Amino acid sequence: MNIYDIIFYLFAAVTLLSAFFVVTTRNIVRAAFFLLFTFFGVAGIYVLLGADFVAIVQLIVYVGGILILLIFGVMITNKITQVDIKTGTIHTLPAAIGVGLFTGVIGAVILNTEWFEIKTDIPVSTLSTLGRMLINEYVLVFELLGILLLVALIGAASMARK
Amino acid sequence: MSENFLIQLSVIVLFLPLLGFIVTLMLGKKIPKIFFFEVFVLFTGLVLSAILLFGKLTYFSDSRIVSEFKWIDMGNVPVFGSINIYLGMLIDDISALMIVVVYIISFLVHFFSIDYMKGDIRYNRYFAYLGLFTFSMSGIVLTHNILMMYIFWELVGISSYLLIGFWYEKKSASDAGKKAFIVNRIGDLGMLAGLLLLFITYNTFSFEQIFGEIAKGNLPFNSEFWLTVTGVLIFCGAIGKSAQFPLHVWLPDAMEGPTPVSALIHAATMVAAGVYLVVRVFGILTADAMLVIAIIGMLSAFIPATIALTQNDIKRVLAYSTVSQLGYMIMALGVGAYKFAFFHLVTHAFFKACLFLGSGSVIHAMHHEQDIRNMGGLRKKMPITYATFLFSSIAISGIPLTSGFLSKDGILSGAYAFGSLTGHWLFPFIGFLVAMMTAFYMFRLVILTFHGEPRNKDKYDHAHESKFSMAMPLVVLSVLSLFFWYTPNPLSPDAGWFYSKWIKDPVIYTPESARWDFMKTDEAALTHSSAEHPVMYSETYTEALHHSHGPAVILSLLVAISGILLAFTMYQWKKISADKIAEKFKPLYNFSYNKWYFDELYDKTFVAGTLALSSLVAWFDRVIIDGIVDGSATVTKAVSTFTGKFDNVVVDGLVNFMAYLSAFIGLIFRRFQTGKVQTYIIMGIFSIVILLFLFKSF
Amino acid sequence: MEVTLTHFLILSTLLFSLGIYGIVTRKNAIMVLMGLELILNASNINFIAFSRFGNFGLQGQLFALFVIVLAAAEAAIALAIVLNVYKTFVNVNVDEIDELRD
Repeated sequence: MNIYDIIFYLFAAVTLLSAFFVVTTRNIVRAAFFLLFTFFGVAGIYVLLGADFVAIVQLIVYVGGILILLIFGVMITNKITQVDIKTGTIHTLPAAIGVGLFTGVIGAVILNTEWFEIKTDIPVSTLSTLGRMLINEYVLVFELLGILLLVALIGAASMARK
Repeated sequence: MSENFLIQLSVIVLFLPLLGFIVTLMLGKKIPKIFFFEVFVLFTGLVLSAILLFGKLTYFSDSRIVSEFKWIDMGNVPVFGSINIYLGMLIDDISALMIVVVYIISFLVHFFSIDYMKGDIRYNRYFAYLGLFTFSMSGIVLTHNILMMYIFWELVGISSYLLIGFWYEKKSASDAGKKAFIVNRIGDLGMLAGLLLLFITYNTFSFEQIFGEIAKGNLPFNSEFWLTVTGVLIFCGAIGKSAQFPLHVWLPDAMEGPTPVSALIHAATMVAAGVYLVVRVFGILTADAMLVIAIIGMLSAFIPATIALTQNDIKRVLAYSTVSQLGYMIMALGVGAYKFAFFHLVTHAFFKACLFLGSGSVIHAMHHEQDIRNMGGLRKKMPITYATFLFSSIAISGIPLTSGFLSKDGILSGAYAFGSLTGHWLFPFIGFLVAMMTAFYMFRLVILTFHGEPRNKDKYDHAHESKFSMAMPLVVLSVLSLFFWYTPNPLSPDAGWFYSKWIKDPVIYTPESARWDFMKTDEAALTHSSAEHPVMYSETYTEALHHSHGPAVILSLLVAISGILLAFTMYQWKKISADKIAEKFKPLYNFSYNKWYFDELYDKTFVAGTLALSSLVAWFDRVIIDGIVDGSATVTKAVSTFTGKFDNVVVDGLVNFMAYLSAFIGLIFRRFQTGKVQTYIIMGIFSIVILLFLFKSF
Repeated sequence: MEVTLTHFLILSTLLFSLGIYGIVTRKNAIMVLMGLELILNASNINFIAFSRFGNFGLQGQLFALFVIVLAAAEAAIALAIVLNVYKTFVNVNVDEIDELRD
């Protein structure tokens, strides 16, 4: 086992454990904090896969943006003075069975597939390549995403105001 | 100017009034002024048809322009072989001339109606119907095959029904509409039989192809007799539409419609359609068929003329006069005076429309008074109407300088020549007699209406000259009845462009053996014949016609003037008392006054016969058919009682079982329908797992 | 055992399953959203793993970026919806919001 593998298992463990707590804890604020660790773990995985820029965006957008948004949502929709902000759960057993089966089947499929792998060297920095792609081949998608964000911004604002 | 252009023009001319009809009918209730659109459409059509006539006469004066397309392809029918039905347009001299006549009259009638019909509750609908009528009439004129002609023939029937019964609140008007429709149907049945005879023989409806086959010697059932039968059957259609004896009874009743409608339908266009039909099929008529046509025409010219002598309703006199004049045309066709018949059709259309519109003007001024006994002295009140009415009366009486003289004299000389060649002297004799009666009753009408002292002071005081929109058509129509439109020589049409250039001699396709002797082409005639102008009549006929011209002119002038003088002596100067003559010949007078008792005769025979037959059938129906029906009902009832039991127990049991079963299944499955997204997701996951197992590759 | 593509895929599968479990079992709408985010992250791991081990250049990473942008937009809209739901029903429990059932 080399250092790369050890780091992978470390990040994978962080990600999965915190994700497990996210979906099992009854306290919403705690769940949000565990989600933070999940995002960190996933960002680590990204780095291991040579996607430095995506990892940074993951931290900025998810941790800095979406997670904060979720916590705001929690605070707005619950009475903040209440000490335990808890949430109930429903049909946990059928869900556990179903998800377990699902995981088993997908896992079996993955394990039994002969994956064709090409191991290229990790590029020093993906940033300039990604930038060029964004304004060349993918410029239309890029613009559309910009419009989408604008629409989502206006839509969310007008919906929340009502 | 190409042939294609003319064909396109004719198609536009045909469909313009239909557009007017649809638009006016659809928007009539929303836009009160929409009738202007209809009038505008008619004006456009008039201009386009004038261009059509000009183009035809200038660039294609010697050819017939035909354009057709396949309408129905029935494929290979057993016994008949392949059947294809074509529709198409035909532009030749007579159709181009006729369409212009139709449009002139129709436009002027539209124009006249603007004021005449003002204030009517169904004002726009009236104009829509006029548009429909013009469309149908254009179809008859412009078509190249007899089937399409028959279709438009019926369309004309329905639109005239709508127009005659336009004031359907009046019982007499709706009755008149029905009468016109039903009487026409009798004639149309004959026409249908005739065209079916042609179709089973030649497998085509196209005039050109039928004529071509007959020229090659192919006859229906290979016999000249059947060709005669076909001709007479087709002529039946003309008997109905042109109100010929014995189906003439509908036309006088049709005067219940608005007066401009009478001018349009019952003077110039619809009734002319019958003559037009005979003109179209003239080339295939045998000598026997022509004799039948001539006799029918003669009777129709004579009988209504005698009736018109005594009638007191201004429109009825004109109606009988129309039947009489149409009889003239039919008789002219029967005696072979083809060109004069069509000539008279055109000239008569103008002056008769003028007379009808003039009577409409009078009726309008007198507040719907139609009885000439209550008129008189209107000359001073209505000078324009008087002048045009008088001029048209002169034209119809056949006095020189008018178009009526030219065409009528032509018909009479044709009949005279026919008499001298075949010995049938009755035709010219009746022709001159009718000419005299025509002059007499027309001037009787003029004198009683416009001259003398007013007999109804009250109505007279309120009478007034009509407005411009009503006077203008009268003036235009009477100007069109002047001779110089047709020929430079007021005494003979021979030199005129209309008679000698625009209308061509007919081409005869009938086998030589089935023609009159004078219509067989002889050596002398062949010297004048060329490919463009084939001469089909014999030289003897041309000479006989030439010789009869002189006597015919003198005689017709003589009878016309004597008729007019008689009218003046009796009604203007009162030298002879009309009442005394009526008293003296009481039975004759009553016979004429009651229209030869035709209506009563038909009531007693056909109507009563139909009623008796139907009551017999009703009895048969009630006793025998109903008996059978009742018997079967009893049996059915017994059977149904049994099946009812079966139904209740077995079938219903099965149905109820199915219902319970599905209710039970529904009870189970409704549990899955929770309305919660999360439940659905779980189910989805289970489904995916199951699907993966089903399609597993590991 | 050397880390290969399979490891990343198994990791992503587990994360995805946890996300599904979160979505299905939680009553609170915001918790459902958190599960959704987990699923999106799982798919992103897939994208980037295939980008690393496949011969596609950097397209996988680019798509991961697009997914992140979409996730941001989705979170904003979803929270606005949750707010409206809260105003209407006074709570945000998805299992009680079944008006469409009837």
